[in-house]
Amino acid sequence: MKMPGAKILLESLRKEGVEVIFGYPGGQVLPIFDQLYDSPIKLILTRHEQGAAHSADGYARATGKVGVCLATSGPGATNLVTGIATAYMDSIPMVAITGQVKSFLIGNDAFQEADITGITRPITKHNYLIEDVKDLAATIKEAFHIARTGRPGPVLIDIPSDIQMQETEFHYPETISMRGYNPTYAGHPGQIKRAVKAIEQSKRPVLYVGGGVISSDASEELKELAVKNEIPVTMTLLGLGAFPMTHKLALGMLGMHGTAYANHSIMESDLIIAVGARFDDRVTGKVDEFAPHAKVIHIDIDPASVSKSVDVDIPIVGDAKNILSKINKDVKKPDTKDWLKKIEKWKTDFPLKYKQDDKLRPQYVLEQIDEVTKGKAIICTEVGQHQMWAAQYIKYTKPRTIISSGGLGTMGYGFPAAIGAQYGKPDSLVIDIAGDGSIQMNIQELATAVINKLPVKIVILNNCYLGMVRQWQELFYKKRYSYTSLAGGCPDFVKLAESYGAVGMRIVRKEDVRGAIEKAISIDNVVVLDFHVEQEENVFPMVPAGQAINKMIEGGLA
Amino acid sequence: MKHTISVLVENKFGVLARISGLFSARGFNINSLAVGETEDPSVSRMTIVSEGDEKTLQQIKKQLNKLIDIIKVVDFKEGEFIDRELILVKVAVTPKTRKEILEAVDSVEAKVVNAGAKTISVQAAADQNAIRAMLELLRPFGIIEVVRTGRIAMGVEDKSVIIEKGKPEVNE
Repeated sequence: MKMPGAKILLESLRKEGVEVIFGYPGGQVLPIFDQLYDSPIKLILTRHEQGAAHSADGYARATGKVGVCLATSGPGATNLVTGIATAYMDSIPMVAITGQVKSFLIGNDAFQEADITGITRPITKHNYLIEDVKDLAATIKEAFHIARTGRPGPVLIDIPSDIQMQETEFHYPETISMRGYNPTYAGHPGQIKRAVKAIEQSKRPVLYVGGGVISSDASEELKELAVKNEIPVTMTLLGLGAFPMTHKLALGMLGMHGTAYANHSIMESDLIIAVGARFDDRVTGKVDEFAPHAKVIHIDIDPASVSKSVDVDIPIVGDAKNILSKINKDVKKPDTKDWLKKIEKWKTDFPLKYKQDDKLRPQYVLEQIDEVTKGKAIICTEVGQHQMWAAQYIKYTKPRTIISSGGLGTMGYGFPAAIGAQYGKPDSLVIDIAGDGSIQMNIQELATAVINKLPVKIVILNNCYLGMVRQWQELFYKKRYSYTSLAGGCPDFVKLAESYGAVGMRIVRKEDVRGAIEKAISIDNVVVLDFHVEQEENVFPMVPAGQAINKMIEGGLA
Repeated sequence: MKHTISVLVENKFGVLARISGLFSARGFNINSLAVGETEDPSVSRMTIVSEGDEKTLQQIKKQLNKLIDIIKVVDFKEGEFIDRELILVKVAVTPKTRKEILEAVDSVEAKVVNAGAKTISVQAAADQNAIRAMLELLRPFGIIEVVRTGRIAMGVEDKSVIIEKGKPEVNE
């Protein structure tokens, strides 16, 4: 059957199982929006294209499906850029669709024209400019395939508006053949054998686990490897949830704001088993001094991640789930008793801690959220101090229960991501942990959440500062708080919430925290909880940039 | 160390930008880059000469391989390839030096392609050593302009960089 490009797009999305698009209309996507008018695919109208991109990303992280966002040409497309870059850095499967000016106008500096394929080339896994309506269906098939396979990532498809209107036969291809793209899943048997041997011979092994375990759905296999062989597990920010924090083998997050015991374990380890993690600088600190006694096994689907920063002894390129289950089949338990004893002592000697007094401290709020939600909530975060406290003080027990911008560190990410997560997981409690700085970056999405009945709870740890930058200024710039105070300009978040039709609550005393959280959860609406917390609280432990990760401030031992 | 890398890519617009963008974004050096069609019109070949230590070169190859439009990347090993570059050199000439220049050109297997009153233009297609030698020889006369294509390279004997038939395709 012949149909116009815009309809081919939506029919193709349906073939890919897409149920929702997060988007914003504009001149060069009018034909698509006209088709959406009576399509079974739902469009969530955000209030900013950046919100649409982050919502698609949050939806993808919460569900494991490909998130889809849609914007018009020019400013619509460029507003997606931060969201696409965020998804790219964290390997999130996403398809971004942009309208483009009519084919014959491209390159003419037409109204609302931007070279979005050029702009997004370094922040997408791949991108396309559609030149012929006949290529559209096959391109969409390829885009979804690329987005969700191998190391996942965002793919952008730019569609000129004249092509959206041109008609052709709709035929959705069954298969794909791309001679330049063929990810490795199996894992080299010889390398797996070497890894098994290294694990068996190790005395002080540590599993260092990243987001790859979540995206490959390998958390059961990981648990088996850790528990059967008594190997402690530390996780990156994106790896949290892959292994339950409530388990005695869990060491929490490692790196710059990792736990002291995770960092010490890495530094004294004789074998690091890295799974779906990429030795990012926030994790390794000074690379030359990272894990000096350890042999390194690195399991990753992206060959370019292997030996990029830290030299690897046993690389295994492939899918984490496959490889871990093969290792599990063969490996015999090493003796880690003494090692675990040593780690247990670090845990007792250097626990995560903050001052216990009557003041309303941000860490306390997160502990209370953890106690009330018991690992059942989906926690989204913005970026800054609150993000690190959310990583430290909430005990994630399941994959896809923390959603945070790790690689790019995008302020303003958490709330729209929470909207996407809530859409994808309507029965889950979704909480966005925010600071008063971050939340103001995409606060306009309150409208989106309220109108679409997506009852996200927003927890603002309001300290009237851009807290993480202020902390660096305090510690490394002689307390010269250059433009990090937000005092005086802060909106009344309660009134702001109410003006959007959400519920606002202000909490200024420690004793009111628990009750407020419980009440907020019971309300079937968007709730903004404005916690007025201690203003100059710091995130500790902290590894100063460029130091070895056992050189922690407030981490003990240093 | 300099490396000569042969890259087979889909013959689509934007591929060159993807590759040059990758090099600049990741801080890799490009000494030269030459692009042209292959025996298969759907495939182009780029010959990239790049510099870096072993670790950098490994990253360059892996990052190139990650690009969807790149089909094959081969980093030639010493002695397994031949390389050529086409160079045009314009040299200043006077009635006094004309004979000397022509002799010099003859001695390095270069060819005069334009002879004017004030300049002589010389063409050579040779490997890097021969080109260097020719430039040294001509330099004393006064080189006015140099135009080079960048190196192209081909594996010798069974070291061809081609798409093998029957290679498994990705299916979904």
